[in-house]
Amino acid sequence: MIDFINFHLIPGLVLGSIYALGAIGVTLTFGILRFANFAHGEIMTLGAYLTLTMMWLTGWHPLILLPVTMVILSLIVIGMDQAFFKPFRNSPAVTVVIASFGLMLMIRSVTQFSWGAQLQAFVPGIQRPNVFFDALRISPKHILIVISAMVLMLVVHWVLAHTRIGKAMRAMSDSPELARLTGINTELVIKATWILGACMAAAAGVFLAYDSHVSTMMGFQILLPTFAAAIVGGIGRPYGAMAGGLLIGVTEELSSYAWLGDGPLLEPGYKAGVSFAIMIGVLIWRPSGLFRGRVF
Amino acid sequence: MDQLYGYSLYGLSLLTFGGIYAMLALGLNIQLGFTGLFNAGIAGFFVVGAYVSAILSTAPSERHIGGFDWPIPFSLVAAMVVSALIGWAVARICMRLRADYLAIATLGIAEILRLIFKNETDLTNGARGVSYIPKPYESLAQPWNHVMMTVVVLAIVAVLYFMLERARKSPWGRVMAAIRENEDSARAAGKNVDRLRVQAFVVGSAMMGLGGGMMAHHLKFIDPNAADPTTATFLVFVMLIVGGSGNNKGAIVGALLMWTIWSATEIFTSMLPGDLAIRSAYIRVFLIGLMLQIMLQKFPQGLFPEKRLETGSSG
Repeated sequence: MIDFINFHLIPGLVLGSIYALGAIGVTLTFGILRFANFAHGEIMTLGAYLTLTMMWLTGWHPLILLPVTMVILSLIVIGMDQAFFKPFRNSPAVTVVIASFGLMLMIRSVTQFSWGAQLQAFVPGIQRPNVFFDALRISPKHILIVISAMVLMLVVHWVLAHTRIGKAMRAMSDSPELARLTGINTELVIKATWILGACMAAAAGVFLAYDSHVSTMMGFQILLPTFAAAIVGGIGRPYGAMAGGLLIGVTEELSSYAWLGDGPLLEPGYKAGVSFAIMIGVLIWRPSGLFRGRVF
Repeated sequence: MDQLYGYSLYGLSLLTFGGIYAMLALGLNIQLGFTGLFNAGIAGFFVVGAYVSAILSTAPSERHIGGFDWPIPFSLVAAMVVSALIGWAVARICMRLRADYLAIATLGIAEILRLIFKNETDLTNGARGVSYIPKPYESLAQPWNHVMMTVVVLAIVAVLYFMLERARKSPWGRVMAAIRENEDSARAAGKNVDRLRVQAFVVGSAMMGLGGGMMAHHLKFIDPNAADPTTATFLVFVMLIVGGSGNNKGAIVGALLMWTIWSATEIFTSMLPGDLAIRSAYIRVFLIGLMLQIMLQKFPQGLFPEKRLETGSSG
């Protein structure tokens, strides 16, 4: 039982928090700009590498550098939007998705060129977990990741529920035509969407790197679960993305627990398939997702 | 003279690889160009076709399931059927939703397939791949085996081209264009939009399976990373967009042209010393990506714009 908590439930919550943060950006761009952004994974990767570089320069802790990363990444992402997405505001969704697919590979080749394709780590060596009540083993970095993720989700909630721009974002996600008619500055809302998405992507990338390592494929590897989290939660529903992320992260880790007999229920090699299976199930039975998001 | 011979062999190789990519680009053209369906998992359908045709046609082996020693034409048909079935399953689930969902689901399918081929070592020999795959006309003397392989590939491309051109001009092709341009009006005209879309997706998937099978026979070897999931998919996209989405001739020319550029720049970058060679490979992907963005923004019609069919007297 204690193994279940130590090796499956807690890693699941950590992974789930990371998916949730990534999925917030995906669901907002999908809801407001109306396309699935394939470059979102690479934006997370870029966040991790920016933090790694600043760690080399300053020697500070990655979580202290996170706000700086968020600012830099937001500026980069707004630049990307201007160069590669803005020309397609009125184009069919397929065109924008192709553009984002191309951008994904462009960002990846830049990270591979700049930082090399080999794995790197924020903190070299293995951290010893803290032991509570003689059996419960929680690594300090896991506590930090889950608490920081919770704080960030509360911030997102506050922005969406209590600020003017947040309300405008929700309005635009519900109905862009109506939002425009009521005089909402749509380009401003789009900028805010990218900034919020980029900040959460930076956090997701940094937490993922802090939990394991930095690699040029890390963002792409969690792109599918991130998309799945956004769809499971309901497109355009940030709270849905949080719930979907946690659900998928925990299910992925629990799938390799020995539920029946001694061996893992599902070979760990197939973990990545879990999120896909959940997503397909949702698309078949409830395409609007848990939180009744938009269906296009 | 020797040099000329070498260049000719290189030219044949470009035509063979380019021709196989043309099969993929034609398959994508039915999905994206004719019907507006986004397939982000081309590599997945390609790898399935490659494995099916490889395992069915090789001599029995200890390392993987089978080989079954089938003649190559039969194994290729099987490759198309299996790819088509997977395409059908994905399309059925996603077709009532918008293109983005299909894109995400196809990306997922490609990833799952790669995991299966990698993890099921009893079936596929895992990461070590399937080898000793037979190649058409390989027993012929030195240049003629290459020549015949190229001829086979180009003949298949030609047959596909004529079939697709007929399909495009047929009532079926016209309805496809109608759906892509205005789904609601096609639906209002009583067309079963979802079923037609599934058909287009399935035909495209089958052609990608065929391309994968041909690649397996050409390389005589296939492993789970044979088609790097993103670069292979991406390259086919660039080929179609550069050539002209919606135009079959454009798909073929785009494939041959982009493959030549891709392959020739590789020769150039591999001549650079050590670390620089690895790094410039990334620049190559970046530049191809930039080229795609410029084409999408400035020349969305590509080299060969789609030919609009005369609608006749629509009064």
